[in-house]
Amino acid sequence: MFKGILKDQSVQLSIGFVLILLIFGSFILPEWMSNNFMYGLSRGLAVLGLMILWRTNLVSFGHALYYGFGAYAVAMCQKYFGITDIFLRFFIAVAAAGLLGFALGFILRKYREIFFAMLSLAFSMVLYGLLAKAEFLGSTDGMSISPSSIFGYELGRFGLFYFISFFVICAIIFAQAYLRSSLGHLTTAISDNEIRVEYLGYSVEKAIHIKYVISACLAGGAGGLMAASLGQVDPDSMVLWSVSGELVFVTIMSGLGNILAPFMGAVLFEFIRTYAFELAPQAWQMIIGGTLLGIIFFSPGGLWSLFQKFNILRKKNDDT
Amino acid sequence: MMTPNYILKTTNLQKNFSGIIAAEDINISVKEGEIIGIIGANGAGKTVFVNMITGYLKPSSGKIEFSGKDITGIQPRDATHIGVCRSFQVSQVFMTMTVKQNLMVAMSLAKKSGSQLLLPLDDENLSKECDKILDLYKIKKQSNLIVSTLSQGMRKLLDIAMAVVGNPKVLLLDEPTSGVSVEEKFGIMDIVISALKKTGTTVLFVEHDMEIVERYVDRVIAFYQGQIICDDTPKKALKDKKVIQYVLGS
Repeated sequence: MFKGILKDQSVQLSIGFVLILLIFGSFILPEWMSNNFMYGLSRGLAVLGLMILWRTNLVSFGHALYYGFGAYAVAMCQKYFGITDIFLRFFIAVAAAGLLGFALGFILRKYREIFFAMLSLAFSMVLYGLLAKAEFLGSTDGMSISPSSIFGYELGRFGLFYFISFFVICAIIFAQAYLRSSLGHLTTAISDNEIRVEYLGYSVEKAIHIKYVISACLAGGAGGLMAASLGQVDPDSMVLWSVSGELVFVTIMSGLGNILAPFMGAVLFEFIRTYAFELAPQAWQMIIGGTLLGIIFFSPGGLWSLFQKFNILRKKNDDT
Repeated sequence: MMTPNYILKTTNLQKNFSGIIAAEDINISVKEGEIIGIIGANGAGKTVFVNMITGYLKPSSGKIEFSGKDITGIQPRDATHIGVCRSFQVSQVFMTMTVKQNLMVAMSLAKKSGSQLLLPLDDENLSKECDKILDLYKIKKQSNLIVSTLSQGMRKLLDIAMAVVGNPKVLLLDEPTSGVSVEEKFGIMDIVISALKKTGTTVLFVEHDMEIVERYVDRVIAFYQGQIICDDTPKKALKDKKVIQYVLGS
């Protein structure tokens, strides 16, 4: 599965991108920028999960379910077991979201198009309702998360940034290994022709289920890292429908063309939001909405399609 | 237990759609390695028959046996697993992928091993194997083209090649030459039939073109209004009064 994965151009580009953010965020740029990089990379994992689903024409309007579930798994493990180790936090978030995704996948794999999207949303709203009412989980106030550690040593901001970058690189390698495999190519095959996939002897529902669990794991991991970065989890900022909307927004903005796109899109989104708050604290959503309109009208394939267009133009120029 | 002398057998097979009978009392036995042409006017029940055998439609009543085993109402993917594969009237291929990617996905799934599915699609060994098949089906030149840019004939060949890579024991081809130009049709059938004869695959194909039927089949089954009206050698069947009246229309 991982044979020759480091020679893959998309993996090399993505690792390069993460390392550039890491170097600039650690040594050159101000702290608020490195925070944005950290949040962007974390959120990018969830967007990558959505992208994998989207390539099969399955759009989830409720992926905050796994994002929030991963974040709350980190919070609960700290509260009940005192776990602050960053590795354990990440793996607990991934495993918890993966298990939930596995269970719900049996239902969701039977649905397509708007029914899939809305059913995902419905499940996320159920979790939101539960979290908002559960006093032992801090209800609407949420729970605070103490700083992460590694082998008992507390991680500072930059330490956390390094580990987030490491987890993101691991996820990128795994996701690309999956997408370039025969199983991963079923993503496109299913979106093209489900009947043919069945007649080739593979269960479409099973392929979707696998994809859904991978997507849930990525979103859970994103939630876990975001919880560790923010130091706080609460239903409004982790599970509410608007969080799912943001993830869909970033996926549209990024485009589906490459595994690097979700991370570029997510980092850009953090900056757009920061500047939107700065420029119009009472109407920042208008700027976000305007950005989305601009993308849909002028670059419906997302940011990545701009690079693709640029490459095509460059090749044409080289030929002439 | 005696081994049955047929690979496929249907008994009193029937399919109704809200009271309308699409297939009635279909009784056929197919020997291993036979090449059978299924003919009939539009709506005669040919595709319904193929769909029932391959699990796309569940029969209303009756029985389908494959190598003596009851496979009535089997799931399409299970039909593929036991060796009953098919191609389609309208080519069912992956339009946004290249010809080679289409075939390689089909080949990886045909290997039926989980580890094969995890290997990169452009795995060297699989790629070499794929090139041989592309060569056999004369579509190697088009291997890097996106399928949506291909002619109907090429898509048909790819569709059939994708069905064949699973090494089927019985292959059902639904109108393999429909939508294919006159110049292409014999070329396609020559390629397909010679490849299938080499492997001893039993073939049932639905066809409207009697030239094709006469040239390639060992046996003809003619359908009319959901029933079999003739089951004989091509020479005899194409001279049969009922076939002339209800199928050939002259």
